[in-house]
Amino acid sequence: MNVVLAKTETGRALSDLFASAGGRLPGAGKVTEQRQRAFEAYERAGLPHRRIEEWKYTDLRVLMREVMPLAAAPDPAALKRAGKALKLHAIAGVRRLVLVDGMFAPALSETGDLEKGLGIRTLREVLATGELPAQLFVPDNADAMVALNSAMMTDGVVIEIADGAVLTRPLHIVHIATSASPSSMFTRSLFKVGKAASATLVESYIAADGAKAYQVHDSLIVSIGDGARLDHVRLIEDSREAFNISSSLVMLGAKAHFNTFGMTSGSNVSRYQAVIAFAGEGSRVETNGVNLLNGRQHADTTLFLDHAVPNCQSREIFRSVVDDRGHSVFQGRIVVRPKAQKTDAKMMTRALLLSDEAEADNKPELEIFADDVTCGHGATTGALDESLLFYLRARGLSEKEAQALLIQAFVGEAIESIASDALRELTAGAAQRWLAARG
Amino acid sequence: MPLLEVKNLQVRVEEREILHGLSLTVNKGEVHAIMGPNGSGKSTLSHVIAGKPGYEVTSGEILFEGEDLLAMPPDERSAKGVFLAFQYPVEIPGVATMTFLRTALNAQRKARGESEFSTPDFLKKVRAVAASLNIPQDMLRRGVNVGFSGGEKKRNEILQMALFEPSLCILDEMDSGLDIDALRVAADGVNALRSPDRAMVVITHYQRLLNYIVPDFVHVMSRGRVVKSGGKELALQLEAEGYAQFEDAA
Repeated sequence: MNVVLAKTETGRALSDLFASAGGRLPGAGKVTEQRQRAFEAYERAGLPHRRIEEWKYTDLRVLMREVMPLAAAPDPAALKRAGKALKLHAIAGVRRLVLVDGMFAPALSETGDLEKGLGIRTLREVLATGELPAQLFVPDNADAMVALNSAMMTDGVVIEIADGAVLTRPLHIVHIATSASPSSMFTRSLFKVGKAASATLVESYIAADGAKAYQVHDSLIVSIGDGARLDHVRLIEDSREAFNISSSLVMLGAKAHFNTFGMTSGSNVSRYQAVIAFAGEGSRVETNGVNLLNGRQHADTTLFLDHAVPNCQSREIFRSVVDDRGHSVFQGRIVVRPKAQKTDAKMMTRALLLSDEAEADNKPELEIFADDVTCGHGATTGALDESLLFYLRARGLSEKEAQALLIQAFVGEAIESIASDALRELTAGAAQRWLAARG
Repeated sequence: MPLLEVKNLQVRVEEREILHGLSLTVNKGEVHAIMGPNGSGKSTLSHVIAGKPGYEVTSGEILFEGEDLLAMPPDERSAKGVFLAFQYPVEIPGVATMTFLRTALNAQRKARGESEFSTPDFLKKVRAVAASLNIPQDMLRRGVNVGFSGGEKKRNEILQMALFEPSLCILDEMDSGLDIDALRVAADGVNALRSPDRAMVVITHYQRLLNYIVPDFVHVMSRGRVVKSGGKELALQLEAEGYAQFEDAA
């Protein structure tokens, strides 16, 4: 008997997308097989929806509805507009690596004079060589959006930092969308920090003038070697009509240190999901973040800390500020596996609601299978304290000024955790711009 | 023109009337003490003058230099020269005292159409005032009132008063929670700010504070009204005889 599986309109459109994009997706042989497998996994699941626990608050079938067609490779005019956008978001002292509409843009990037021990290639060239980096398809296909990203990735950067290399100049991956017509970008980057090496990675997501309703589908695969350190900052400043679905997979060796901070002030709907796994003892992770939302923005941060080995420490501080009809989601899952004795894991999430219609969902989940651990979590949601507001107003601050000062203080604790002075100031500056734009 | 005129003020909080027709006139250069038992409405008066939300003025008016004070939001009152030293100054974690002081001072100056203070001028001014109040520099770097003792919080209020140079200072129970040494430092700070261009309204339950800040006028409040006014000797009479006689009178 033949069973005909019904496909939704969206499913059909996507099938066409994958089939027609085939010629533009780099890689052959095993890569193509992996893509095919990933795409089938995506097709079986479809867009995640509220009945899938991990996506409970971010129903993409309602919020996103469809995956937009693959963005065209940028033409000279697009690159020119990307260059303009870049100027507004330039960070001093970094090495810039720019992806425009999902394609690496050499003319906008700085790949010359590489420090000793730093290797940079594009994903496209790596896949074209027929090489299949060990970690490239590490993310499993259980999450539909990761599977879709595996199937469709067109480009990205592959960064390798040799053992012992200490990079003082941060690497800045900038994702720029330029297309005025609805389109999707699929990127994947690999970042390998060798043993006892250290580096700083900044990721920005921005729009060129005129780019509005587009979709970013990105993933980052990180491995941090024994005794190594990675500082990581991601800033989502996409267009207010954009979608940003990003995933990270981070693996730490022994005595490694990962300090990561994310701030979302842009995009219409965004989801950042990170899996951070401890594979070696004595390592430490700080993963902190801030959401600054208004209008009808929806931003979801979903973290999974996997304590698989003993003697590791993790800290999560998350703050969200939600105005108008914004919706902030924080899901923090910590798993302490049976062998992971002496785990020290703490998570604190606080939401500040600035309007009656704002919404914040905080979902901490602790699953502890070891008996000698220190684990804790806390979550609060509330409005600005009236007595503090009155005190400030009695000292001459207008209502907006008083709110801004208290909001800055509220997000300050998370921003303070950024190790680099320059990046901390940059982030504080972005937060101040958001506050100033409130009027 | 008087600096402050409170005329027949009636105030409700959640359907309950707290002030039942209170009148008070304060001129520049004067120091007025308002005394009264707990619950007589002293703090309510100070809150209504400063513009705290939650109070409903059902009748009467407050004029500040002839202008309708009740029509102004709290920040405008502050910029015009009204300053309330809080009975319980709030703690504001994450806002450094120095940042707070500069933001507040510049907001007031901007509202008056004056230029903002330059950083060196501002720092010089704050340091000088802080030193006179025995406020150590590290306190200025900490969050506003975070981890401050009761005395430090009150001194921080006086620091602001000295910095903002208001024309009307309302001191709400400045002595509460202070030991005698802390009280003396705070009172010296207040006395240094007495001036012919400035008036003070000192709200207190006890006569003790008035040994250090000697008032020109003393008003006794009971049950939401001023029931007796007089000179500084009235405070001593109260100390000796208690409030009971006035409660009967009210």
